[in-house]
Amino acid sequence: MAEIIVQKLVKRFGLKSVLKGLDFEAKAGEFVGLLGPNGAGKTTLLRILASLSRPTIGLVKVAGFRLPQQAAGVRASLGVLSHQTMLYGNLSGEENLKFFGKVYNVGDLETRIIEVLDLVDLAKRRRDLVRTYSRGMAQRLAIARAMIHNPAILLLDEPYTGLDQDASLMLDAILKQIAAQGRTVVMTSHDLVRTAELCSRFDVLSRGKIIASARRGEIPRDGLLAFYRQAINPEREVENA
Amino acid sequence: MPKQPSLTSFWKAMWAVVWKDLSAERRSREIFSVMVVFSLLVVIISNFALDLNPKTQREITAGMLWITFTFAGTLGLNRSMAIEKENNCLDGLLLSPVDRTAILFGKVIGNLLFIFMVEIIVLPLFSIFNNINLLNAGLLITLVLGSIGYVVVGTFLSTITVQTRTGNILLPILQFPIILPVIISAVRASTFFLQNQPMELIWPNLNLMIAFDLIYIALGVIFFDYLVEE
Repeated sequence: MAEIIVQKLVKRFGLKSVLKGLDFEAKAGEFVGLLGPNGAGKTTLLRILASLSRPTIGLVKVAGFRLPQQAAGVRASLGVLSHQTMLYGNLSGEENLKFFGKVYNVGDLETRIIEVLDLVDLAKRRRDLVRTYSRGMAQRLAIARAMIHNPAILLLDEPYTGLDQDASLMLDAILKQIAAQGRTVVMTSHDLVRTAELCSRFDVLSRGKIIASARRGEIPRDGLLAFYRQAINPEREVENA
Repeated sequence: MPKQPSLTSFWKAMWAVVWKDLSAERRSREIFSVMVVFSLLVVIISNFALDLNPKTQREITAGMLWITFTFAGTLGLNRSMAIEKENNCLDGLLLSPVDRTAILFGKVIGNLLFIFMVEIIVLPLFSIFNNINLLNAGLLITLVLGSIGYVVVGTFLSTITVQTRTGNILLPILQFPIILPVIISAVRASTFFLQNQPMELIWPNLNLMIAFDLIYIALGVIFFDYLVEE
């Protein structure tokens, strides 16, 4: 059963159409990599799925709830991680999780906080203020924040931006662990190597539409770059061939 | 039809936002200290700059008080919402499965507590510097009513202005024309209380403040959800 269904989605900002009749679907347990050039509409799509932005026209259903009418149901079902951490610098890691746990109505919050801090390996620094964390640590805590209510769906918007090599490897390991738990994940990224490693399906978004889609087994192991280039600019790829 | 997940109650979410703002402020003192220092500077400068006789001083005290709280409040409101903008925390709040007006009222209560704390510190000092007894029950009621209207409008508007590059400047430009009725009424009611004028003169001003507060609380409930969505 599809956890995310998007049909004929149009999003306009004033006269400019960013999404132009987009169709998209993600089944339960799928890890979808959403690729595309800057300005293609990837973040706009994720913001609509997260109920942060209203669709202009079209059907959007997440976890069985329709947007924008059943937005609260959608919000309770998903976690969102972007390159901005959405964390309060003047609160400790533990206080941040406590706050978000309260607004997500998490039962047995103390136990859940320990679980997610262990997941991101930050238990030792839980009492330190977030403003003293490195970028990598803050991003790991942001994963804990996104996971505090144990969501079935995760939306990741450029989660690797600004991370150094070690922090990126750590994020890889955490995301693999999360994916193995059977959650539905949609991730936007410009990092094709990481996308190829993590995702089970690759969709290319360009000029407001999904223009190509492939499952992991349908393209060669190191063929994601060629698949992406072919989708974005088919004529040039034919010339190169 | 999927099972509706458990949503957070309005009150629980609202108090979580208040707890978060107070906890962060306890650590940083970014809002409170700026408001208090600014207010004290106004009290001191006005005391030395205006060499007034007691009668005139009594007449302008209420005006000076409200000028102080209005400008100090703007500094606090700007900072309070700027904290939500840092690291895109506002999106984190908006992603939670709560009635979004709980977020608005959580921020309003937090901002009100900050402005009340400033008023508690500034009032006795104002009394000492100006040799006027400001510990007057009527004046305190006026301060509460005026502050509620001021903070509700300011918090509501700061969610718009914080999205702009010139938010700090834009907030007072948008806010002051709107809050003018409540500030004028607050100054008049405060002056009448300090001059021990009859209640017939004071009631119309108090009524206007109550009506203003209720109208803007209702507008907040109606429009906040639309305001924070793109």
